[in-house]
Amino acid sequence: MKLFLKYSKPFAPYVCLGLFIKILGSFSELVIPFILEHIIDVVVPTSDMRAVLFWGVAMIVVSLLTLVLNVVANRMAAKVARNVTEGVRHDLFRRVMYLTAAQIDKLTVPSLESRLTSDTFQIHRVTGMILRMGIRAPILLIGGVLVTLALDPVMTLVMLGTLPLIAVSVLIVSRKGIKLFTGVQDKVDSMTGVVRENATGIRVVKALSKTDYEKRHFDGSNRALVAAEKRAQLTMALSNPLITFFLNAGLAAVIVVGAYRVQGELTKPGVIIAFMSYFTIIANAMIAITRIFTMMTRGIASANRITEVIELNQELTPVENTKKCPREGYIVFDHVDFSYGKMKKTLTDIDFSLTKGGTLGIIGATGSGKSTVIQLLMRYYDADSGAVYLDGRDVRSYTADELYSKIGIVRQNDFIYNDTIEENISFGRDLPHEDIEKAAVIAQAHGFISDIEAGYDHQLTSKGTNVSGGQRQRLLISRALAGKPELLILDDSSSALDYKTDANLRRAISENLGDTTQVIVAQRVSSIMGSDLILVMDEGEIVAAGTHEQLIESCEVYREISDSQLGGAFLE
Amino acid sequence: MRGMGGEKGEIKKDILFRMFSYAFEHKALLSLAIIIMIASNLLALWGPDLSGKAINAIGDSPEAVDMKTVIYYSALMLGAFALSAVLGYINSIVMVNLSQKITYTMRRQIFERLMSLPVGYFDKTATGNIISHISYDVDTVNSSLSNDILQIGAGAITVIGSLVMMLRISPVMVSVFLFTIPASIIFTRYKTKKIQPFFRARSGKIGELNGYAEEMLSGQKTIRSYNREDVIVSRFDKKNKITVDAYYDAEYHGSVIGPSVNFINNLSLSLISMLGGLLYLYTLTHTENPIPYLVISLGNVSTFIMYSRKFSGPINELANIMSELQSACAAAERVFRLLDTEPEPADAPDAVELTDVRGDVTLENVKFGYIPEKTIIHDLSFNAKPGNLIAIVGPTGAGKTTIINLLMRFYDINGGKIKLDGHELRQITRESLRRAYTMVLQDTWLFHGTIFENIAYGRENATMEEVIEAAKAAKIHNYIMNLPDEYNTVLSDDGVNISKGQKQLITIARAMLADAPMLILDEATSNVDSRTERQIQEAMYRLMEGRTCFVIAHRLSTIQNADLILVLRDGEVIEQGSHDELMSMQNGFYRSLYCSQFD
Repeated sequence: MKLFLKYSKPFAPYVCLGLFIKILGSFSELVIPFILEHIIDVVVPTSDMRAVLFWGVAMIVVSLLTLVLNVVANRMAAKVARNVTEGVRHDLFRRVMYLTAAQIDKLTVPSLESRLTSDTFQIHRVTGMILRMGIRAPILLIGGVLVTLALDPVMTLVMLGTLPLIAVSVLIVSRKGIKLFTGVQDKVDSMTGVVRENATGIRVVKALSKTDYEKRHFDGSNRALVAAEKRAQLTMALSNPLITFFLNAGLAAVIVVGAYRVQGELTKPGVIIAFMSYFTIIANAMIAITRIFTMMTRGIASANRITEVIELNQELTPVENTKKCPREGYIVFDHVDFSYGKMKKTLTDIDFSLTKGGTLGIIGATGSGKSTVIQLLMRYYDADSGAVYLDGRDVRSYTADELYSKIGIVRQNDFIYNDTIEENISFGRDLPHEDIEKAAVIAQAHGFISDIEAGYDHQLTSKGTNVSGGQRQRLLISRALAGKPELLILDDSSSALDYKTDANLRRAISENLGDTTQVIVAQRVSSIMGSDLILVMDEGEIVAAGTHEQLIESCEVYREISDSQLGGAFLE
Repeated sequence: MRGMGGEKGEIKKDILFRMFSYAFEHKALLSLAIIIMIASNLLALWGPDLSGKAINAIGDSPEAVDMKTVIYYSALMLGAFALSAVLGYINSIVMVNLSQKITYTMRRQIFERLMSLPVGYFDKTATGNIISHISYDVDTVNSSLSNDILQIGAGAITVIGSLVMMLRISPVMVSVFLFTIPASIIFTRYKTKKIQPFFRARSGKIGELNGYAEEMLSGQKTIRSYNREDVIVSRFDKKNKITVDAYYDAEYHGSVIGPSVNFINNLSLSLISMLGGLLYLYTLTHTENPIPYLVISLGNVSTFIMYSRKFSGPINELANIMSELQSACAAAERVFRLLDTEPEPADAPDAVELTDVRGDVTLENVKFGYIPEKTIIHDLSFNAKPGNLIAIVGPTGAGKTTIINLLMRFYDINGGKIKLDGHELRQITRESLRRAYTMVLQDTWLFHGTIFENIAYGRENATMEEVIEAAKAAKIHNYIMNLPDEYNTVLSDDGVNISKGQKQLITIARAMLADAPMLILDEATSNVDSRTERQIQEAMYRLMEGRTCFVIAHRLSTIQNADLILVLRDGEVIEQGSHDELMSMQNGFYRSLYCSQFD
């Protein structure tokens, strides 16, 4: 509800106008039966033919008016629903784009996805419906109650005596409903999660002949969702019969009380009869209102899931009053400790500095914390203790804009999307084509791009499934280079390149981008052996640091790795 | 694709019929629902009758009040409504069950179809779009199906009942409907046909938007690292605008139907009341020898109008249902299109079920392209004897991964032959063919589940001991034991604390446990550091032992002892032979590749 108010505010006058028209439409709709009754009860018995025709035509005119008003009002409602949904979706997507890695880890991608899609869709549906139906019922209800009050206040109060019961049951049911529908959406998350997993891992699933297993797996989540939905719907379905029953119980009470009042000469029997017809109107309005309530319950559950994300705290905002960099260097890690989720330590006492224009190589076993170093440098996460400095400033003091505009990064298994090659390299930065081509030349991608018929206009599929792994990596490197970054980070991003291409790539980078500071995380000694500083990592610690030559001399682990990849190969 | 994708009314009927057939499958539930609904409605009608009796008992003067009877009927009325409420709720239970059964079936069918689709479908289709089918489309179909079918049923009963009553009173007055009902039908049909494309566009757009959102979500970290949030948001906005506009368009045009039909109904009411008035006048003025059909009493005029209101109620409702049905149809069309997508062609009737696979693989003049016009592999032939280690090397994009796709028959070849143990691949059941291979791919795939489940994935009923043994062999056991829940640690999407290399080791452990006669390693250790790689080497050798292995690798040192090295370039084997043979070719491509890694 709050969400709706917030997003409809900008066009509040429009909403009011639409509601006003809807009210007019509802009134003119109500006038029609009155005219009809008037014709039958009053006009026809008088046998006045002209009067009959007059009222008949009047009824047609009012009907036409109703038609126009309702169509206009419904279209206005559709427009409001459109604008609200557009706004909500925009804000949600925007917020999602700015979430930190830790926040995404917690919310999970499938859940964010269904919030963006199915929950915003619910908002659209509910908004439109409330605007279309939410006016008429309350008007009928209030109007009906007012008329009955005028007829006989005592009987009206008897009838309304059941109202607290109705209110309480609606409240309980919808409160429970909101909880249940939130549960339903969570189950939707896990169901779509299974589909997502299978869509991405279809090769493995098929190769291991696990399709039957996956069918069962999906069946489980499908069943869980169906069960949750059943529970939610059955709970919501309680409200309608309950309310109808309470209302009619009130009516029975009205008749009995009315009988006593007639006996006591406090009211006339005709009043009771009139009461009956208004009661029907009130009861129908009540039922319509419960229906709206049911819809709203679902809408509120979705709105809550959306606001939960939109209102998440902005994390990793720039910190003021950071300490000055303790020593010279473009990149400085000053005794950094770090752990994901503050559990087991991932990095311990990482301490090094790299001069501007230098190249840093990081090598080490799987899980030794190489990528985590990059994550801290990029400030995807904050260090637990110690500090990371870039260009003389604590990374925490940068705004994301300032920090990231210095850096070009290629992460492991990075992001390729459904668009042209040109666009995947340019990545929405409006770079001139020469820059893109130049970057592609350095990244050894220009050759294969030129071999494709459409060249740079070649359409890539989502995740880049229509190019090979190595080509993907070279496109990603082109992307990083095209922005002419001060700092180039290659996080294990040439693993799919053959040695020859990899060597050409390194040569081209050093020839063309001499002043760029580079950080290269790699498995291959050959990728980093030319670095000014090489860090050998193991279990979150730097076990040795130095140049290739120094490490060959001093570090046994490094020598082992190097031998196995280079010289050692000849000895086998 | 039979019968889909067109734009004529005929096709829509198809979809409608197919849609409703889901509900008709549960005949028992459906008829139960209708019976209960009728009973509950009758009870609800009986209520007013009782209340009328109670009011009659009050009489018309204070002395005439028959208190006992009033209370009797009021109590009876209370009972009738209580029963009606109970029946109403039972009806909800039946309906919810019915609709959830349908949803369940549809989702199951979609998923099962997905599982039978060729791999190429997933290479081409955005995951978000697939998800949109199974969640949004199914929901839309279902929410309309379960409500509408009942409403239409109930409406039909009311319409027929009141029509009979009206005919009995005055066939002449019924004639008004001869004009207005065809008018509403023609109008609705005309509009519906015109609006259908808007609803179809609407369903399509939401799928596209979902696909885009999903894609961008998967690249969120990269987008942030490049400060591209605003650009992506503005692109999303464009798609969002298109989607909500498609919604608006559909609603804009759809919003006419309900009020218009309502108007036509009101028009008939006005006409009827006028005609009624006329007839009543006629009756008054022609007291002698009147035409019997034209005679009507005042009471009958009012009863007739009461019934005609009842009669038009469901028709009004129907118009509202139409627009819901419309979006349901569009969604159903998308669901059915997916359900009708050609699955992987069925195994040949005489396909062999491979049991004891020796692992003798032969390729003869194989030709293949992902799109037929663009051949990637032109003419590939080689033979792998049982237990051989076949290495495939070559620059990126040379078609190495494509060969794997063909060996496992993820794609069918366009020309030539691939044979396994003398059987052509097409003559082998897919399942037994694929079961013959274990593979470790460069793009590791782990699912949301415990580490134990992920490793045990390849072998049903694997014990903890077996899993631990495999993990130890893959040198990932120590890492796992350091996790908070050890083997029961749940790997979630984009799990934080697990690197790509560790993921790869887990998939290697999975492959070790799967124990298939043939092995495919596509850059299996590309993300594993060489020290660990060397540590798992022994286990890898054991894994390869006695199995026909296909290995794609960049580190040439790891494949030197291959029995056969295929050097691929632009989809053709340009050199093949053992390491020594290839190295002895002075200007060989392999030789130059090999030497380049020591540059």
